[in-house]
Amino acid sequence: MSSVPTPRKQSVVNAFGQLVIEFVQATGDLALFATSILRWLCRGLPRRSVVVECMYEVGVRSIPVVLITGMFIGMVLAVQGYQQFHLMRMETRMGAVINMALVAELGPVLAATMLAGRVGSAMAAQLGTMRVTEQIDALRALGANPIQYLVVPRFLSCFLLIPLLTVMADAIGVAGGWVFSTQVLGVDATYYWHYSTEYVAAWDVGAGILKSMFFGAAIALIACHRGFKCGAGAEGVGQAATSSFVLSFVVILVLDFFLGMFLNDIYWTLWPGPSSFV
Amino acid sequence: MQPGDPFSDPFTGEESGRSIIELRGISRSFGSQEVLRNVSLDIRAGETVCLIGESGCGKSVTMKIMASLMQPTAGNVLWNDVPIKDRTDEELVRDRLRFGYLFQGAALFDSLSVFENIAFGLRQNTTMSDKFLAELVTERLKDVGMSPASAHKMPSELSGGMRKRVGLARTLALMPDIILYDEPTTGLDPIMIDVINTLILKTRKRRPVTSVIVTHEMSTVRKVADRVIMFYPLSRLEPGQPQIVFEGTPEEAFASEDPQVSQFVYGEAGERMQELSLL
Repeated sequence: MSSVPTPRKQSVVNAFGQLVIEFVQATGDLALFATSILRWLCRGLPRRSVVVECMYEVGVRSIPVVLITGMFIGMVLAVQGYQQFHLMRMETRMGAVINMALVAELGPVLAATMLAGRVGSAMAAQLGTMRVTEQIDALRALGANPIQYLVVPRFLSCFLLIPLLTVMADAIGVAGGWVFSTQVLGVDATYYWHYSTEYVAAWDVGAGILKSMFFGAAIALIACHRGFKCGAGAEGVGQAATSSFVLSFVVILVLDFFLGMFLNDIYWTLWPGPSSFV
Repeated sequence: MQPGDPFSDPFTGEESGRSIIELRGISRSFGSQEVLRNVSLDIRAGETVCLIGESGCGKSVTMKIMASLMQPTAGNVLWNDVPIKDRTDEELVRDRLRFGYLFQGAALFDSLSVFENIAFGLRQNTTMSDKFLAELVTERLKDVGMSPASAHKMPSELSGGMRKRVGLARTLALMPDIILYDEPTTGLDPIMIDVINTLILKTRKRRPVTSVIVTHEMSTVRKVADRVIMFYPLSRLEPGQPQIVFEGTPEEAFASEDPQVSQFVYGEAGERMQELSLL
């Protein structure tokens, strides 16, 4: 009876080389996938009913979870910030910090994280199942392009609806922070709003919304790509859903950092001048 | 017939017997695993060909390559003497509609009803009115022996046999000239196997089509095939032996004295039991 062969040991250099090759391949594949989405976007939109159904799933059904997380993050910021500001007798300035953090960073990032978790994973699993059960091949056999029929509506839904979800997360977060700060922690509402409006500009809100569009595009791209490249069986579908969320979350944070720096540079180029908080 | 249209010939009359699909030196690998090596075969207009062979020997892959749903690693595929790689994307999509493909698990779209599944290809490629579409879907359902009332069911509500029949109705809706059946009877009971075999024959009688059937079911081979092509797994081939180990009529297949063919045709494990250390 023959024994099970033991796998050959790989040297560190080989393993690293393999990793680099896989990374380059995956990046190139993602880039080609993104290009084909853009090409099909330019060729025309898919049927309206398909897009509307997708937008309902991505947009409308994400509202509750975005509102709940947005409200609680606003209140959490108030709770955590109050003690520090109170020590410095600056609690009236809490509004500026809470609202700035919400509209510039937490609103867009939270809305995107919720979308990546709720919608992105589901997209990857759904497309992965379609691939495993040959439904994607069936689409092609019936004269439909899978990118146009499956990916373009999902991409458009994420890209166009995430700004609205972000605005909702911002608004409910601002409201949550305000209610908790003024009604529970006893901060003066007039000063709370005074400092908020003084330090939070339209630019900050706009920058947050602009960033969210990049997040939405990244989530749809990654989720659909993972689904299309799904491995065989239930394990493959599960991996596609998990890797879609993990990769989307990492990309959201990386994009947030670089876009934040880039938009700050633009801001200081357009409106140079000192700004002080105190 | 439109000049320059590679698929404008009817597959009947004096054109019958002409090669309409040709695979030339096809190879296909998945990563390091080679599934097909230098396979060449012709499918002639109007005939019904069964592709048989052990699981994993590349039959389904060959059929996907025939329909251009998968690209070969090497080699050429010709539709009506024109290599598919010479076609533009639009031409490829247009010509692929001449193929009907019945997938192994039927591949019905889960989120669409039976009606929407059957109407999908028509909605996608024609500007048919809803009324005409409804009539056509009803007709196709009747063709496969299903009641029009089942049109509103979802795929999850159907049995395996019904799913296969809906898949066939969807395949037939676009009136393809070539129908590729990927294991149409796998997982079905003997009665349903005969139902599907009869439907394949009825489809062929109703209008002249070319059929390629991947199957493990010898009753299907006996009942519907004009020609049988047998594949052999690469891992079991002798050096230099071609991957297609048999090509001929069903009668020739059943009468073959080649152990590679007869063992498969009669379902005899033979020396495999010793190889698998089961005896």
